[in-house]
Amino acid sequence: MPPDRPRSARLVLVAVTSLAILSAVAFMTLDAKGPWSFILTHRGIRLAALITVAYAIAVSTVLFQTLTGNRILTPAVMGFDALFLLLQTSLVAALGGAGAGAIDPRLLFSVECLAMVGLSGLLFRLLFRGEGRNLPLVVLSGLLFGALFRSLSSFLQRVMDPNDFLVLQGRAFASFNVVDPSLIGVAALLAIAATIIVLPRLAELDVLVLGRDRATGLGVDTARLSAIVFAVVAVLVSASTALVGPTTFFGLLVANLAYLLIPSAQHAKVLPVAIGLAIVTLVGGQMLLERVLGFGTALSIVIDFVGGVTFLLILFRSGRR
Amino acid sequence: MTVPPRPLLLGTLLIATALLAAASLLIGGGYAWSDVLTLEGDGALILAASRVPRTLALLLSGAGLAVSGILMQMIARNRFVEPSTAGTVESASLGILLTLLLMPGAPVVVRMLVAALVALAGSALFLMLIARLPLGSVLMVPLVGIMLGGIFDAATSFLAYRFDLLQSLGAFGSGDFSIVLRGRYEFLWIIAGLVAVAYATATRFTILGMGEAVAVGVGLDYRRLVVFGLIIVSVVTAAVVVTVGAVPFVGLIVPNVVSLFLGDDLRRSLPVVATGGAVLVLASDVVGRIVIAPYEIPVGTIMGVVGSLGFLTLIFWRRGHAA
Amino acid sequence: MIEIDKVCKRYGDTLVVDTVSLAIPRGGVVGIVGPNGAGKSTLLSIISRLMKSDSGRVLVDGLDVMKTPGRELARRLSVMRQENHVAARLTIRDLVAFGRFPHNRGRPNRDDQERVAAAIAFVGLDAMADRFLDQLSGGQRQRAFVAMALAQDADYALFDEPLNNLDIHHAVSMMRLFRRMGDQPGKTVVIVLHDLNIAATYADRIIVMQNGRVVGDGAPSEVINGHLLSEVFRVEGDVIEIDGRRVVSVAP
Repeated sequence: MPPDRPRSARLVLVAVTSLAILSAVAFMTLDAKGPWSFILTHRGIRLAALITVAYAIAVSTVLFQTLTGNRILTPAVMGFDALFLLLQTSLVAALGGAGAGAIDPRLLFSVECLAMVGLSGLLFRLLFRGEGRNLPLVVLSGLLFGALFRSLSSFLQRVMDPNDFLVLQGRAFASFNVVDPSLIGVAALLAIAATIIVLPRLAELDVLVLGRDRATGLGVDTARLSAIVFAVVAVLVSASTALVGPTTFFGLLVANLAYLLIPSAQHAKVLPVAIGLAIVTLVGGQMLLERVLGFGTALSIVIDFVGGVTFLLILFRSGRR
Repeated sequence: MTVPPRPLLLGTLLIATALLAAASLLIGGGYAWSDVLTLEGDGALILAASRVPRTLALLLSGAGLAVSGILMQMIARNRFVEPSTAGTVESASLGILLTLLLMPGAPVVVRMLVAALVALAGSALFLMLIARLPLGSVLMVPLVGIMLGGIFDAATSFLAYRFDLLQSLGAFGSGDFSIVLRGRYEFLWIIAGLVAVAYATATRFTILGMGEAVAVGVGLDYRRLVVFGLIIVSVVTAAVVVTVGAVPFVGLIVPNVVSLFLGDDLRRSLPVVATGGAVLVLASDVVGRIVIAPYEIPVGTIMGVVGSLGFLTLIFWRRGHAA
Repeated sequence: MIEIDKVCKRYGDTLVVDTVSLAIPRGGVVGIVGPNGAGKSTLLSIISRLMKSDSGRVLVDGLDVMKTPGRELARRLSVMRQENHVAARLTIRDLVAFGRFPHNRGRPNRDDQERVAAAIAFVGLDAMADRFLDQLSGGQRQRAFVAMALAQDADYALFDEPLNNLDIHHAVSMMRLFRRMGDQPGKTVVIVLHDLNIAATYADRIIVMQNGRVVGDGAPSEVINGHLLSEVFRVEGDVIEIDGRRVVSVAP
């Protein structure tokens, strides 16, 4: 291996980590008015949420792109957020606003996560049976299921009692500014569980980059690996969606930046860099928007927009080669 | 499967259209039969001001969107392309928002024109993007289109947020024909003209669908024809979005189903596609008005459900074939 | 030994592999030839467990390919398919290093590095070992993938039409390489080929497939003859001998 590379990868990692820590500190301390105890809890909770979301999105996107062998796609297109919305809507429609409101949101969240993993597993198995290695098919189906679920939710919302709809609005439409703090703990736990599952498999995932057949030829159980990692992706995406709502292009932005910085695409290096970049973007971005530009509530929109433009640029560049 | 001859198919569809149109005119009641027959009184008013325009709007939109779909499929050479999977609808919405921002007092015509222009640009961008995809990635094409649509959506949301227009945004989100009134929908008539033009030039588009090499070889001006087709699609999309909002998947389902029976010769299939589109949208509206009467479910939502299920069926059906 | 036992594979209504039974013992170069659609690639995919057969089974050194864990099989059998596009930006060295994965599961040691270097040298790419794959010509990329198969060091190396898109010079270099691989004790190379002359020159044994069946099996001198040309490939031509090698000449 040429002498430069391990050194430059390490440099990148150190730089990104430092920036991440810096932005976290700045988020907590910049422009702080009022008693520290209040600030610590208030900002601390939001910081925790942002970091968890950054982690979840970065990891799920990188893993998803490895699974699909495609850097243009993100798990957000799989319609998980739409499924989430549909589950919430059906629950409220079935139990009524009061009934649904009585359930502990954490329990609800865990059950919904399980349901999402279950359903994504079904989708996965359905499509991968019979040597269907057609990944665009899987993704497009996910997208269409998403459209289906969104329309069904729309339909149910029209049909339900307006009071129930108000309850739904309160629960189902999370954003970067409306985070349910009780969910952060569960989401963080899920993120840790995901890490534990994925960590020993990083080497195998590296091999997957060569394509399914070659990976199988080298002794990787691609079917099993893909199923497990797909489930992990589903869990992470549902965690982040439950916390802050859908984020379509953010993961794309962060993942591709990470590949730019770490061209060897080794997961052990790419993942930490992606996570660091995600934290810097979210925490730093929120701080910038809130305290410098005064667009406090626009984080998801801005990020989506920037991410989307990046997506276009990537597409253009990939074609030129 | 024996293919029913075209006249039979067309005839069936026309009858279906007539029946559905009648249903559309009559559902909701609100007047006495005598009013209808004498063309006087409240009944006649409701008919003239609301029901007839609504039914006509449905017919025109359905036909226009279906034809737009098949034209785009010829241009992009991909079965799954249509205004809502190529970013056309979303760029039209962006165009409308821009007019709200920059020319708030502008008449509807101007709104429509700007929307058509932005839709044209958006569709052109889409074509440029898919030209860069590796060959054979059939399903990547609509994926890219949907994601492109998402970007335009994000841009629109951002501008709406920034300039406090988020509420107006909701208004042209999902296609809703309940707002159609006499005096508010007439622009849709341009669709009739455009469909006629498309029919007249149908053979050229069929050739276009075989690729640039073939088209040029036969002596067609490829670029001009593509732009021409995109203009038709953009104007139709803009007209529909401005008048009633987004109605997804019509241009996807109808052409694909029709091509199963009649193949891809546009001259033969265009009338059937147009009528099929009208039937689909009419039927969706009728269902939407019956299911939770007296409340309505917008056509956009119904097409969202029907269309996504249909699309899923299509891609699984065609999975065995090389699309 | 690779034992193929009554393997069948169906695509829709067509029987693409029709009850094929073969035994491929260790050592040497085996060529598989046949007209388009004969089932050669499918058979190779089934042997290498990339595809499931509808019936029958394949044993590699006594291990059932569908039932043996991937990592175990990958040490004995390697396969190289036709297309050689990789999404990630890898250098030759990165790529060939993957060939050691069945042995080190992602934790390379000194021995692995040496084998990787040796494999790259074997195919003649050591001068550009740190170049990226997309900077190489088609032939060079093909050789890089062969080096990866070499590094995998399996007892049975399968190659599916590895000479496609190579000019005659590179095709011959590649076949010489395969010949050297097959000459190593205990190593077997199985290649699907289109060019009958190349098969005749380099293979120890040629298996002929047609319509999913094995219709010929033996040394080139036994198999490459007029019957092969007229009945299997349905062309007119002559088979002559030059320097003890069978040579096919097709009538225009």
